[in-house]
Amino acid sequence: MKVKSKLRLMDGHCYISSGRTAAFLAQRLVFLVLRLAMLLVILVTFYIFYHILSNGIGVISLEFITAMPRKGMTEGGILPAILGTFYITLITALAAFPVGVFTAIFLNEYARKNMFTRLVRLSIRNLAGVPSIVYGLFGVALFVRALALGTSILSAGLTLGLLTLPVTITASEEALKSVPDSYREGALALGATQWQAIRTNVLPSAVPGIMTGLILGLSRAAGETAPILFTGAAFYLPRLPSSLSSQFMALPYHLFILSTQHHAPDKVRPIAYGTALVLLLLVAAMNMTAIMIRARFRKAAARR
Amino acid sequence: MENSVKIVTEKLNLYYGNFQALKEVNLEVCSGKVTALIGPSGCGKSTFLRSLNRLNDLIDSVRVEGEVRIDGENIYDKSCDVVRLRKKVGMVFQKANPFPKSIYENVAYGPRIHGVRDKKVLDRIVEKSLREAALWEEVKDNLSRSALRLSGGQQQRLCIARVLAVEPEVVLMDEPTSALDPIATQKIEDLIRALKQKFTIVIVTHNMQQAARVSDITAFFLNGEIVEVGNTGLLFTQPVDQRTEDYITGKFG
Repeated sequence: MKVKSKLRLMDGHCYISSGRTAAFLAQRLVFLVLRLAMLLVILVTFYIFYHILSNGIGVISLEFITAMPRKGMTEGGILPAILGTFYITLITALAAFPVGVFTAIFLNEYARKNMFTRLVRLSIRNLAGVPSIVYGLFGVALFVRALALGTSILSAGLTLGLLTLPVTITASEEALKSVPDSYREGALALGATQWQAIRTNVLPSAVPGIMTGLILGLSRAAGETAPILFTGAAFYLPRLPSSLSSQFMALPYHLFILSTQHHAPDKVRPIAYGTALVLLLLVAAMNMTAIMIRARFRKAAARR
Repeated sequence: MENSVKIVTEKLNLYYGNFQALKEVNLEVCSGKVTALIGPSGCGKSTFLRSLNRLNDLIDSVRVEGEVRIDGENIYDKSCDVVRLRKKVGMVFQKANPFPKSIYENVAYGPRIHGVRDKKVLDRIVEKSLREAALWEEVKDNLSRSALRLSGGQQQRLCIARVLAVEPEVVLMDEPTSALDPIATQKIEDLIRALKQKFTIVIVTHNMQQAARVSDITAFFLNGEIVEVGNTGLLFTQPVDQRTEDYITGKFG
């Protein structure tokens, strides 16, 4: 042991009688536990992915992702579910992005640090902890009923937008916070208005962080079932949605139906695995995009 | 340029919440001269500097009493246009703060936000400002390069060029060389001496030799008050107040 010999060198006397002291053993034990915890996480993730991949890969074909479901969903593809998820995610992005970013700009750049903003921040943090089924029911009350948007792509997309809002706001605020104050002061000292300073000097540096947060929020929203359950997702639709007020099929809900609500669950099991795989790949692709944006930004920052 | 009074502060009090950072500060700053503010850390000299272009406004807890008149106009008056004020009173910060843009865009930033769109006009302003800041020869072939890749001293001169591009009348400098090596510092000091022909300069510095080298007038701050103001040569050789003498001879600081 290096430590031992060094200690001996310092005053010629050895304090450590044996290499395996209690402290040393405790360290070994803790490292072992840490390593096991990490292995568990990797194992579970890989098992899920392997299980779905091995069971679903056989079903995936061009037809599977481009055809309508047939014969009570026992045959055919899942195109309406893919498109449905795509459409609501788009609405979610359009709703969450401006509201989330503007709220973050207001909180971080304009608002004074007082009771009111502390309350707003507290609410946002609490909003992030609300169960998704509660968002679903709230969506029914607000969008479907009160605003009379009916069960539709719009209602479901907006409900998911609410769900994504806390993540978007928090990520945007963090991104804005990481922009050095000297960029703001430098612009203001040249006679820029606060908005000019934000638009030309703060936002450009914050955009990658904001986009990363938004995409991660969206990828979570795309996999949600409970918020769309009552706000527009349909059990089975033999046609594609025609407008924002149409009902729609969605990947996570379709998966739920096939695995638990179908009259012949064994018969549709391969389709269920295929659906799960498509959803998984979709979410993975979104997360990869977020990672790539961040990496590209880091590289650009390093080049400076 | 005639040496008329450019800035007058009258009974200027400034509070951060309950803490009083400036106490009844009265000072006259003359145009065409370099005024240095010296004093130990936390004595209020930077706060005073930032009250001359109202940059303290950004801090929620700050409260200001008294007057700061620039060309006879009280800048704390409700009718004062802060944007116009900051265009007229530019500022160079302690740490060079180039924006993450090209050299050209850094200098063009000010003119652009004040509405200059014509590319030819912008080109002219950029060249003129970089020449005034003694940086043109070093960067003229690399104007599209990121400003963040310049050396520390070049970055600080770029920040000076950026301020000059909006054609200010007063330039405030907050310890502009405290992060620079002696050679870069000397370049900035040469620049300050050249610029005083055209601009009124107020500089905060920790370095008493620097104050002695570049300034005409020196004000000594202590605990938020001005202890002594005078001709730099006199203040450093024959200080009137005992505290000034103690500070410049290094008894505390």
